[in-house]
Amino acid sequence: MITINKAKKIYSSKKGEVRAVDDVNLEVKEGEIFGVIGYSGAGKSTLIRMLNGLEIPTSGSVVVAGREVSRIKGAELRKARQEISMIFQHFNLLWSRTVAENIAFPLEIAGVSKAEREKRVKELITLVGLEGRGDAYPSQLSGGQKQRVGIARALANNPKVLLGDEATSALDPQTTDQILDLLVDINKRLGLTIVLITHEMHVIRKICHRVAVMEGGKIVETGPVLEVFKNPQQPITKRFVQQVTEPEETKETVDHLLSRYPHGRVVQLTFVGEGAEQPLISNLIREFPIMVNIVQGKISQTQNGSYGTLFIHLDGEESDLNRAIAFIGQHEVGVEVISNG
Amino acid sequence: MAELFPNVKWDRMWEATGETLYMSAISVVATFILGAILGLLLFLTSKGNIWENKPVNVVLSAFVNIFRSIPFIILIVLLIPFTKLILNTMIGENAALPALIIGSAPFYARMVEIGLREIDKGVIEAAKSMGAKTTTIIWKVLLPESMPALVSGITVTAIALVSYTAMAGVIGAGGLGNLAYMEGFQRSRNDVTLMATIIILVIVFVIQFIGDLVTRKLDKR
Repeated sequence: MITINKAKKIYSSKKGEVRAVDDVNLEVKEGEIFGVIGYSGAGKSTLIRMLNGLEIPTSGSVVVAGREVSRIKGAELRKARQEISMIFQHFNLLWSRTVAENIAFPLEIAGVSKAEREKRVKELITLVGLEGRGDAYPSQLSGGQKQRVGIARALANNPKVLLGDEATSALDPQTTDQILDLLVDINKRLGLTIVLITHEMHVIRKICHRVAVMEGGKIVETGPVLEVFKNPQQPITKRFVQQVTEPEETKETVDHLLSRYPHGRVVQLTFVGEGAEQPLISNLIREFPIMVNIVQGKISQTQNGSYGTLFIHLDGEESDLNRAIAFIGQHEVGVEVISNG
Repeated sequence: MAELFPNVKWDRMWEATGETLYMSAISVVATFILGAILGLLLFLTSKGNIWENKPVNVVLSAFVNIFRSIPFIILIVLLIPFTKLILNTMIGENAALPALIIGSAPFYARMVEIGLREIDKGVIEAAKSMGAKTTTIIWKVLLPESMPALVSGITVTAIALVSYTAMAGVIGAGGLGNLAYMEGFQRSRNDVTLMATIIILVIVFVIQFIGDLVTRKLDKR
């Protein structure tokens, strides 16, 4: 559905060249939810704007739904944009129009007749769950409702691709989850390909099938979300994965534990898929004469399976500890000794 | 009334009021259209916008600044040859119109430009991302989204125009200014000047009231 080939975007500024997007290759399949994660300034905003021709790459090509958006212009580009719609961090609704009129706007652009527009707007309002709010103005809506209008507006012309530009970054956690659920629902129901950029790993974890990690204009790591969670390669990816798997207090708790129990080891276990279902800890206590103290644990659901982390503190004879850690390693569970006591 | 304003000839006063209203109305309409076009061009050709074009923007900007800076009374005099050329006269309400419009359109154009700049860039980007043409963006995004600013701007401009008509009146354009000057000042009939002033004040208050009402109605932010 989307092929980016050696795309580069170079801005020249007073301080010299800025490589916003640097030699990016990317492939997004039809019906997939693809996430691009990176900190601000990583170039993800520029990258996603190349997909609908709002940014033209300095070199390389971008093909979306069979059209080379990096080359077409004028009427052809405008036609292509009707099939590649976008939702925004700050919603970008027209405040002078009601909810229904905002949703009708892309239909007006596409030249849809008035009767046809009214019918379609009604369907869309129901689809995004805004029944009864059609005559409200954006200023009367909450952030989550505004984004629902944004989504309805983006879906109006039956696009093939939906681009999400930090679509949930301005929303509170609960509303974020509601909007993400809506996106998954739309993806399943309409088979729509979704590409979204974000700086929140939570978003990637919750709805994306595959993820690309961006840093300094380059894609440094890409793969199925579960794979990336299980086995992050780059330091930046590890940091993003930690956003989800380790609550902020974990480090403090571990430090506290290390100082309180100078003996033994703190170990991080990583479970993926079936690994999470074995009675590992019970077996560990039964087999070895050691103390097991659970520090912190979390299981996260991703679109391709579940993923869990568990921090435990082990204490006992040195030889028993080593054998215990080896035992865990045999059970398809990732094990990492955080610190020796 | 007759005791308070012994020298006021009411038929003459109402006639002058009509002339002032006529000059104000025509020039407000023309200023709105001309100023909106100029303001749109100023905005669209500025940096980072749809028709970004530095030379055009600089020329427009200079034109606007020059005509905005010339004191109105001097502008009327400067425009005498131009007015004579297109209207063949320097006397009467119509003769005031070119100066009124040329004097206020650049002033209003700046207000339009400021109003347009207040529009969130993201909204324009969203319209582009939907495949909107530039004309669609102008008619369906830029103008509706800046309408409260355009209306409050034209209210301020209209009030300035009423006082400009009075100035134009002094050099022969008719209206309340002309009456106040000729009948009131020159003949030392202060009651005439006072009555003309009162009527002008009423006109200004009515314009402000209507402007505020419309702005409030339009503003859904």
